[in-house]
Amino acid sequence: MNPTRPAATHVAVRDGKILGVGALSELEPWGPYTLDETFADKILMPGMIEGHAHTMEGTLWRNVYCGYFDRMDPDGNVWDGLKTIEAVIDRLKEAEAKLADQDAPLSGWSLDPIYMNNERVSREHLDRVSTARPIGVLHASGHILNVNSKALELAGLMKPGVNHPGIPLGDDGLPTGELFGPDAMTPVGSHVGFDRSLTDCDEQGLRDYAKLCVRAGVTTSTDLAARLSDDSVDMMLRVTSENKFPARIVPLKVMFGVSPKEIVEYVVKLKKRSTDRLRMGRIKAVADGSIQGFSARMRWPGYHNGAPNGLWYTAPEQMKELYELALQADVQVHTHTNGDQATQMALDMLEPALKAHPSPDHRFTLQHCQLADTAQFRKMKKLNMCVNLFANHHFYWGDEHYRLTVGPERAERMNACRTALDTGVPMAIHSDAPVTPLGPLFTAWAAVNRITASGRTQGEGEKISVDEALWAVTLGAAYTLHLDGEVGSIEVGKKADFAVLTEDPTEIGGQNLKDIAVWGTVQGGRLFPVDGL
Amino acid sequence: MTKSAELLPVTVVGGYLGTGKTTLVNHLLRNANGLRLAILVNEFGELPIDEDLIEAEEDDLIAIAGGCICCSFGNDLMAALMKLSAMTPRPDHILIESSGVAIPGAIVATMSLLEGLQPNGIVVLVDAETVQINANDDYIGDTITRQLADADIVIINKQDLVTQSELEVLCTWLSELEPRPVLIPAQQGIVAIEAVLGATASPIKRTVSEHSDSLFDSFILEPSGAIDIEMLAKKLVGAQYGVVRSKGYATDVDGRVRLLHTVGQRWQISDANMLSKPGIICLGLKGHLQREDIVKLCRSLSLVAS
Repeated sequence: MNPTRPAATHVAVRDGKILGVGALSELEPWGPYTLDETFADKILMPGMIEGHAHTMEGTLWRNVYCGYFDRMDPDGNVWDGLKTIEAVIDRLKEAEAKLADQDAPLSGWSLDPIYMNNERVSREHLDRVSTARPIGVLHASGHILNVNSKALELAGLMKPGVNHPGIPLGDDGLPTGELFGPDAMTPVGSHVGFDRSLTDCDEQGLRDYAKLCVRAGVTTSTDLAARLSDDSVDMMLRVTSENKFPARIVPLKVMFGVSPKEIVEYVVKLKKRSTDRLRMGRIKAVADGSIQGFSARMRWPGYHNGAPNGLWYTAPEQMKELYELALQADVQVHTHTNGDQATQMALDMLEPALKAHPSPDHRFTLQHCQLADTAQFRKMKKLNMCVNLFANHHFYWGDEHYRLTVGPERAERMNACRTALDTGVPMAIHSDAPVTPLGPLFTAWAAVNRITASGRTQGEGEKISVDEALWAVTLGAAYTLHLDGEVGSIEVGKKADFAVLTEDPTEIGGQNLKDIAVWGTVQGGRLFPVDGL
Repeated sequence: MTKSAELLPVTVVGGYLGTGKTTLVNHLLRNANGLRLAILVNEFGELPIDEDLIEAEEDDLIAIAGGCICCSFGNDLMAALMKLSAMTPRPDHILIESSGVAIPGAIVATMSLLEGLQPNGIVVLVDAETVQINANDDYIGDTITRQLADADIVIINKQDLVTQSELEVLCTWLSELEPRPVLIPAQQGIVAIEAVLGATASPIKRTVSEHSDSLFDSFILEPSGAIDIEMLAKKLVGAQYGVVRSKGYATDVDGRVRLLHTVGQRWQISDANMLSKPGIICLGLKGHLQREDIVKLCRSLSLVAS
């Protein structure tokens, strides 16, 4: 990533920063040194940057993992993916037997029946684990919760006559135990260990999240929808300042339930409390919902299966007001847009705001932006915007998008990395952990190969090269955060942040990117081997 | 008191940005007349409450003269509703001012999951000048249409900004909505509190407050004996009687006392305390409320003709 030294044998580090890169002889003039050969047989690449994830993944791991794919927890144990609902029940039974407190809820996460022939999970399934204790299992999307009868009972919903679009009823007139959407989930969630503050990680969750970062080679990560209450800011400042805390966290305050004026004033204050390892002062706005949840805002012809258009989470006028106030206050805004109409709305609202408050280097970023077409990328370029595409999505939900949500043509266009680069839009790619596992090398693999879970290549023309993908998970992501002068490449003056790999990603071949083992990281010159976590 | 009588009524006030929801809320607070109103707003951004009404302010709660309160619920309406219903003394009525892009029917569905709350109608405000333009907007058109489809009562605000003929065109357009809502023209959010909230907890003790707009008319219907209360409810919501809201007690054909409650085209009947005094307050627009016809209807449905 360093144009002067694309590859080198040595890097000199002083005070947590890079003193120089090159041959040993080139670095010797800096004076007395200690030669550390720990990494003699390893590959150092710039510490990777996760431009869209949520630290709540750290907190979620304290629940039972019920996902379909193998996944590594913060302590390095790989949990086998569960391929059937029976296997999910068995794992929950095992965990249940270990719970000492009789009334304590049992919580699972990352269930995805899409891969189990879309078999419906009901309260009867979970009742087989226990009828005495409340049980809840959150789906991978985060938008569906399955609960048992006890949980429904505690929430007062184990009765006939419940009338809510997010709560299907069985033949017996009672809720099936599936709860769709936050409105239906909330009243039961608190009884099964999932309450509203879930999106904020707690102290242990933040430390666990940082361990996941080390295991994935990540030295800087966003926390893209933080509430950043006073308490949580204090906690994050305290935890990230611990000597052993191995990552730089960039939390964005999410605009939910606050007005544009309030949030801009709030983050201006927060910005001043930033430290090297906790960078505040940015805003996350949410324009629409999700494509697989049919809540994303689509332009004509809408959803492939005829579902009605999705929902606005922020009104266009409010978005415009936010953009104007933020540009005025020099605060950066990242906007979640999934559907192409949401993307268009963000573009349409930013343009007049920029005319009123010109700001040549604003780097406002569209997050996900999954369905943008070429004209929209051209517009982003003209408006000096950045994009962070959800490259992992093809692998996990690509088949669903092809078959159900948007149909073949638009499914192939989704997360158009090639188009973004060709039109010159600064681009990053992301995992949205915990929606998909934190792992920039996996994300890079997904962008290079565009393979779906069923093994199809989806969107041949939108593939990017290994070098481009590696750029996207380092300098590309750094650029979207105005951090490209500090991190994202191994260059003199920048932070001594490295991902330490056992193999060279530029030589191993694009199809093998995801299989590269990570030794650990170096963050601010401090060594964090995964073995020592 | 029976359980149903203890339910806490919740009215949802919806409508797109700039339709005057905040102005309406302030008007209701000024005219609460002792009703302890709890107002839930999405956010306190631009202060939703006129400053002279505020008694005390905390983070997410504003205390208002006369025992009313206003809370911001941020992203968690359910938690705010649970908190309000657990409050002592409990508020008499909750009003949710939904965000400009919220679909009010979804709020009612969600609220119904909580025990102890009674949905009390959806009131949607429209800006007389802009609603038809907005309803054709690529971005927000379907949101506006969905909001209107959920409305029991539509308040046509800012009617002073359009001509009489424009208003007529608008009313025709709104009347074609399915299901047809009750339409109330207004300016500066001035609407009788009874129209928005329904008759109060003890309807027969109160008469309709002095209307600053004197747009509304009301009277108390007093059935002389047992009456087919379900049939009365079904008829009363018909357009020809001009009833915006009605609420009160009557003795049903089986001798039980029941509470009847209508808002727009929606009606509801629930068991009530046998000692509740019969009497149903009917409220409608002046000139539209057909008092004589309603009294006649009531007679025709009474078991004992008076």
